[in-house]
Amino acid sequence: MSQSPENILEVEQLITSFETDHGLLRAVDHVSFSVPAGKTVGIVGESGCGKSVTAMSIVRLLPQPAGKILGGHVYFKGQDLTHASDLEIRKIRGGDIGVIFQEPMAALNPVHRIGRQVAEVFRIHKKLSKKDAWAAATEMLELVRIPAPEKRMMDYPHHLSGGMRQRVVIAMALACRPSLLIADEPTTALDVTVQAQILDLMGRLQSEIGMATILITHDLGVIAETCDEVVVMYAGRVVEQASAEELFSNPLHAYTKGLLHSIPTLETPSKSVLNTIPGMVAALADLSHGCRFCQRMGRTAPVTRERPKFAEVSPGHSVEICPECYQPT
Amino acid sequence: MTHPLLSVKDLRVHFPVRAGVLLRQTGAVRAVDGVSLDIAPGETLGLVGESGCGKSTLGKALVRLLKPTTGTILFDGSDITHASQSSLRPLRRNIQMIFQDPAESLDPRMSVRAIIEEPSAIHGIGTRAERIQWVNSLLDRVGLPVSSAERYSFEFSGGQRQRIGIARALALKPKLIVCDEPVSALDVSVQSQILNLLVELQRDFGLSYLFIAHDLSVVKHVSDRVAVMYLGKIVELATAEEIYQNPRHAYTKALLSAIPSPDPMVKREKILLEGDVPSPIDPPPGSAFGHRMNYSRYEETIGMDLSLREISPGHWVAADPCCVSAEDWKKLS
Repeated sequence: MSQSPENILEVEQLITSFETDHGLLRAVDHVSFSVPAGKTVGIVGESGCGKSVTAMSIVRLLPQPAGKILGGHVYFKGQDLTHASDLEIRKIRGGDIGVIFQEPMAALNPVHRIGRQVAEVFRIHKKLSKKDAWAAATEMLELVRIPAPEKRMMDYPHHLSGGMRQRVVIAMALACRPSLLIADEPTTALDVTVQAQILDLMGRLQSEIGMATILITHDLGVIAETCDEVVVMYAGRVVEQASAEELFSNPLHAYTKGLLHSIPTLETPSKSVLNTIPGMVAALADLSHGCRFCQRMGRTAPVTRERPKFAEVSPGHSVEICPECYQPT
Repeated sequence: MTHPLLSVKDLRVHFPVRAGVLLRQTGAVRAVDGVSLDIAPGETLGLVGESGCGKSTLGKALVRLLKPTTGTILFDGSDITHASQSSLRPLRRNIQMIFQDPAESLDPRMSVRAIIEEPSAIHGIGTRAERIQWVNSLLDRVGLPVSSAERYSFEFSGGQRQRIGIARALALKPKLIVCDEPVSALDVSVQSQILNLLVELQRDFGLSYLFIAHDLSVVKHVSDRVAVMYLGKIVELATAEEIYQNPRHAYTKALLSAIPSPDPMVKREKILLEGDVPSPIDPPPGSAFGHRMNYSRYEETIGMDLSLREISPGHWVAADPCCVSAEDWKKLS
């Protein structure tokens, strides 16, 4: 299938599996979504839902040799990344697709200076000379609003606070002005105040550079504030997808509703009983083919044994039509 | 207020900074720098602030896992500030703690039963058979099957592990539990289960909590009163309703505005803070927050007494001219 021109990324029926002691497990099971140019798409779900694996499959950063893409396509600007050679993918990763990971300390090398690590991106992708790369890196640090960038270039990662480190990681991801940024829980490890700074920064850079963003988070507040489109994942599958306004005002899947209702907000009465989703995300090995949320809720009716169809129920709003979990109000 | 369960006066916890060959003390990290607060029986006091503001240090000092530098801690009327390790033992029955990361606070080599039984065994409570009964009833109370007692903590998910940590904290029937970020490592759906459990246990056992967290919506949900901490000091203290409806200190306002709202229609005006919490080794001489924000009246605060004053009944705010509105400042000064 060809890509429509307004979408920079199209993920089609992606299947990613892991070789484990329990056999081959599908962490990502027929996932499809697209990212329009310049827009922000959020992927939300609990830990173990396959959010990160989906994102890492796009840039082929799966743990090796266990992780494999077994089917589907990822079209980035018309090129199928699932069939790209290692050399091609390495050029794109860090070049036209930037990646930010959750834990900035793990993404930075502790024994090299900040400057060298940011400059390295320019040396490799832009083939700049050492001097030019250093100057470009300083400029990048300035762009992400790190005070006194010349001085910071000489620091090691442990000299910086969590927020500053995340800024450095953002600087590295944005160094080549990518058209797509994949941010995997970029603010989860940070304080709310620093989170607000980082989200504000990402928002501004996004409009300056004109890039699209895939934002992975479990914080629905962050999703509501930053995303245009939202993809809700549960146990390796997309259960609902809609624009942010639509999803928050009119959630249709029981899982989405459960997530939305379990967060306390400033408006929730104190010490009232919060809604909960019983149980937890089941281990993939224990799941059968049918509707996975029904399995968590302990529903065993025969209708739930078939995999529910994922269909568009109103323009731009798609949901898994499981007879139990699809709950239009 | 009735007789408080815990009363802290001008508590300071400083960590020495040593340098040079002789490791002479060259300075101090003023992690907690003059904190006073009370917790009433059955009350939850929420404690919020950014990383590095001294929340956890304060919590650890209250359970005496850290030695306070100066100040007093009164628990149920008796001074525990400088109590020796042996005299602390009876105290530990009454004050327990729940930690952020249940994976790190549970011994992987001990069965769940051993973990939960250990406090009672150390304190010599009951016979072996009674303790087995007690562990079973605790497991049931925190929502775990009794069969989990013979398993090991790593076999459980994060939420279940936190339940084990809660059962251990309850084992000695304490009066006060210091909860240090008990839900921040959990998914939202599991987080709400644990919050419900904590609220239920409080109602059933009349527990008091010191609830330390950086998630302000969570703190609002569980707390009766909330203290906002900045660089080792409390800058505002009021009932949960009051502090969220009517924040007076600039830092509280900034913290509240930073919470992302789970409603795309609500677009709150954000107050973006510049930079990070300054170093507690070398804190600015005047108003720490005024210094960070470069407020125009910062110079005035140098050498000024910035301690908490009551601006309206039960609402305490730091008497800091650069962080409160001009109108509030008139009331305070």
